[in-house]
Amino acid sequence: MSKVLMKGNEAIAQAAIAAGCDAFFGYPITPQNEICEYMSKYLAKSGGAFVQAESEIAAINMVYGAAGAGARTMTSSSSPGIALKQEGISYCAGAELPCVIVAISRGGPGLGGILPAQGDYNQATRGGGNGDYKVVVLAPNGVQEATEMMRDAFLLSEKYRNPVMVMADGVIGQMMEPVEINTDPLPKFEKPWAATGDSQSRGTRNVINSLFLNPVDLENHNIALRKKYDLIEENEVQVDLYMMDDADVALVAYGTPSRIVKSAIEEMRAEGIKVGLIRPKTLYPFPFKQINAAADKVKFMLTAELSMGQMVHDVRLAVNGKVPVYFYGRAGGMIFEPKEISDAVKSHLGGE
Amino acid sequence: MKKVKMVCAGFGGQGVLSVGQLIAMMAMNKSYLVSWMPSYGPEMRGGTANCHVVIDEHDVGSPIISDGITHLLAMNQPALKKFLPRVAQGGVIVANASMVKRDDSRPDIQWVMVDFYQIATEAGNQRTQNMAALGSLVRQLDGFSESDGFNIILEKFGDKNPEMVEVNQRAFTLAYHS
Repeated sequence: MSKVLMKGNEAIAQAAIAAGCDAFFGYPITPQNEICEYMSKYLAKSGGAFVQAESEIAAINMVYGAAGAGARTMTSSSSPGIALKQEGISYCAGAELPCVIVAISRGGPGLGGILPAQGDYNQATRGGGNGDYKVVVLAPNGVQEATEMMRDAFLLSEKYRNPVMVMADGVIGQMMEPVEINTDPLPKFEKPWAATGDSQSRGTRNVINSLFLNPVDLENHNIALRKKYDLIEENEVQVDLYMMDDADVALVAYGTPSRIVKSAIEEMRAEGIKVGLIRPKTLYPFPFKQINAAADKVKFMLTAELSMGQMVHDVRLAVNGKVPVYFYGRAGGMIFEPKEISDAVKSHLGGE
Repeated sequence: MKKVKMVCAGFGGQGVLSVGQLIAMMAMNKSYLVSWMPSYGPEMRGGTANCHVVIDEHDVGSPIISDGITHLLAMNQPALKKFLPRVAQGGVIVANASMVKRDDSRPDIQWVMVDFYQIATEAGNQRTQNMAALGSLVRQLDGFSESDGFNIILEKFGDKNPEMVEVNQRAFTLAYHS
């Protein structure tokens, strides 16, 4: 198949359909509206169900229901809408329901703005819902990768019976790039736990629930979840290293900013400054080991985000005091230029 | 090929987003890496529209063009005013002569002043002004030919609107050779 020029949001929706998404529940919000639009137009044609819910909260709870019935299901929204979904995401995590949440981020807090931002790193990786739970978070840097991560997201969600979020900033949702969507059938995981209405043939009733009133049962559930997260942290980290072999300085960035940082690296390399990029593709599980190892070889790290500084705290945890970790960020829909990154690197180099 | 950092800007409805999209498609068909990023923020709601198109052989990098614009399409005066300071030295400005006044403070820039309104009228449909703009832009792009433009118009509109293909191609060609 040859490449087609597609908007990130539409490509994400198309990739979800190609990955066998059975049911989509959404509610409009800029800058992710094209996902709902595309799904409303095409999902039914491929045998799936599209429902425009009455709210974001309704949508995530419909996902809970559909996932509980064994469907491959997803929802999408943007920052304030993702905030509304947090309770439902916690319930999905508690009931161990596989589902995919696409978050096309904009500025906050509150209603914020509609332009691209990354102020939802903490919301995504720490969760806004209650309880001990984790959501796998994938962070693409472009349209092609966003479509590949949709496949990953469905696979990981079913492999671990856990919600998976694909978080991209508004740039990736809105821009068009050439894309080739993988249409190979995605394996279907057996779901013997699903509530499918055939308890008679099974001999037992399947109950989808996150309520454990007996503290012993709940602790055991918490321990089992923790073991699952340990497995995820052990096996599912994805990180891209660019020009890190001889780097004196490591820049850390994800999503669209990682591309701006790459442009800055090219400019700095041309001036003889040895800079490399560490790009986490999974925000949870976070590449702690890889960043810690890189800290042995560089003078300092600088994290660049479209926020006032969120991922930088994970980078500092990873580096564990080995070298300084600086931060450069813009927010509110303002996007830094390569030169701002170069200037920040140079100011810290000069200060030594 | 030298990296192209193009901004197409004008009023909403002047078709600047389509111009950028067609150029992105042309670049994709030549196996270049390309990104197309529209304005979708408050400025869009104010009635103006623009898109950023980056074309490169190896790496697009940032899809947002903050400076060093190599090609600017200015369909109206506010578009020129907004993006002129960000045009690279030696850059090209293709401007709609019926609405834009040339700015003599930047003699380092190659100014291509074309009256798209007149060309569209001559082509037979005033709504083809953006295809005229496409013609003038393609003329200024290294590695892209008149037939590339012709084909992309066919590819874009062929299925839906065969009669529009012809009039769009006419406007394209008139501008290309103007």
